[in-house]
Amino acid sequence: MERDHAHDHDDLVGQVPSDPALRIKALESLLVEKGLADPATIDAWIETFEARVGPHHGARVVARAWVDPGFRQRLLADGTRAIAEMDLLGIQGQHIVVVENTPAVHNLVVCTLCSCYPWPLLGLPPRWYKSAPYRSRAVIDPRGVLREFGVELGPEVEVRVWDSTSEVRYLVLPERPPGTEEMSEDQLAGLVTRDAMIGVARELR
Amino acid sequence: MNGIHDMGGMHGFGSIAAEAHEPVFHEPWEARMFGLGRAMTSPSGSTIDRGRYLRELMPPIAYLGWTYYEHWYFATALSLLQAGMITMDELRSGHAAPGSPKRNDAARPEDLDRQFKTLGNFAREAASAPRFAAGQPVKARIMHPTGHTRLPRYARGKLGVVHRWHGAHVFPDTSARGEGERPGHLYTVMFTARELWGEDAAPADKVCLDLWESYLEPA
Repeated sequence: MERDHAHDHDDLVGQVPSDPALRIKALESLLVEKGLADPATIDAWIETFEARVGPHHGARVVARAWVDPGFRQRLLADGTRAIAEMDLLGIQGQHIVVVENTPAVHNLVVCTLCSCYPWPLLGLPPRWYKSAPYRSRAVIDPRGVLREFGVELGPEVEVRVWDSTSEVRYLVLPERPPGTEEMSEDQLAGLVTRDAMIGVARELR
Repeated sequence: MNGIHDMGGMHGFGSIAAEAHEPVFHEPWEARMFGLGRAMTSPSGSTIDRGRYLRELMPPIAYLGWTYYEHWYFATALSLLQAGMITMDELRSGHAAPGSPKRNDAARPEDLDRQFKTLGNFAREAASAPRFAAGQPVKARIMHPTGHTRLPRYARGKLGVVHRWHGAHVFPDTSARGEGERPGHLYTVMFTARELWGEDAAPADKVCLDLWESYLEPA
């Protein structure tokens, strides 16, 4: 059956230190000694996701869609191409579909099989997104999940759950809050939350 | 494989613990594992699908007991052990065995921006025309492969409608086995919640999955 030794060493859990800090420190030291990793490059990846890439990127996409009807149309028709216009594609986000909330539809994004998430637009996923409760329940009990996040939806609203089973990444386009007609694109971006772009929040203010 | 990772629709995991003002990393070792996973030289032939498959090989109790970046540790260590690039003794001690080879081609910080921008494009030229079109009813096949697949158990055998065609993408099932990319047409398929979960589901609700053509048959 297995021709590729997939199971060789898959019992390693019991053979390595139980403390993850020790285990991971040993792996890093080893790979640095072997010339397989450069600590400065590790630092740079951490810094990229702690300080540079995050939900403010997705918020820029949403705000532009709110103020520019042509962009909004392109974004919903081909998210990848529209986001490329803003130079915001990248690793774990080279193929993007944007799904639009309306008064009649609410969208919710999950990855039941692992924890796929649009890194270039939202940064790294929050812990709850990667957790067994969210991954198991979002598809079978989306309304219960939303209720836990404080979103109560009536039966007239259709819930669409997007299970990220391929390399396509999903971003929710929330509804523009009322009373924001005078705000600039930058000000609008400041209203957009990570949770709204995942779909566990609905109304922005 | 019908593993613990295929969680969609399971019960019993409890409520969702959202945190206000959550940090990107909760522990320094989470950050180190993330950065190491991105910065390291992977064994030749590594693919994202292979990496996911290795995580799926965690024993179920460990999978549930270990957190996300510990899953990364497992898959990373396993891939290096299987490739013969490290030994178990080295993994435990954190030191290279005397006389073991040393490389000098690890990614540099200045490589990051290019990698960030260019890695992870999985669209490929298709070898054939798509079999299905938007609006067409389809059935997800009943299948139980022992290797990696991206067709979750909860959708197998269920009827849906093609919602969107994405062109051809690398096929995870073969990519994970080291049998090549074998690009296949990829579709978003929309299922009613009632088709998946029965009459107790809200009548208007839908669940959409991205499914490769070989996972589907005409309905």
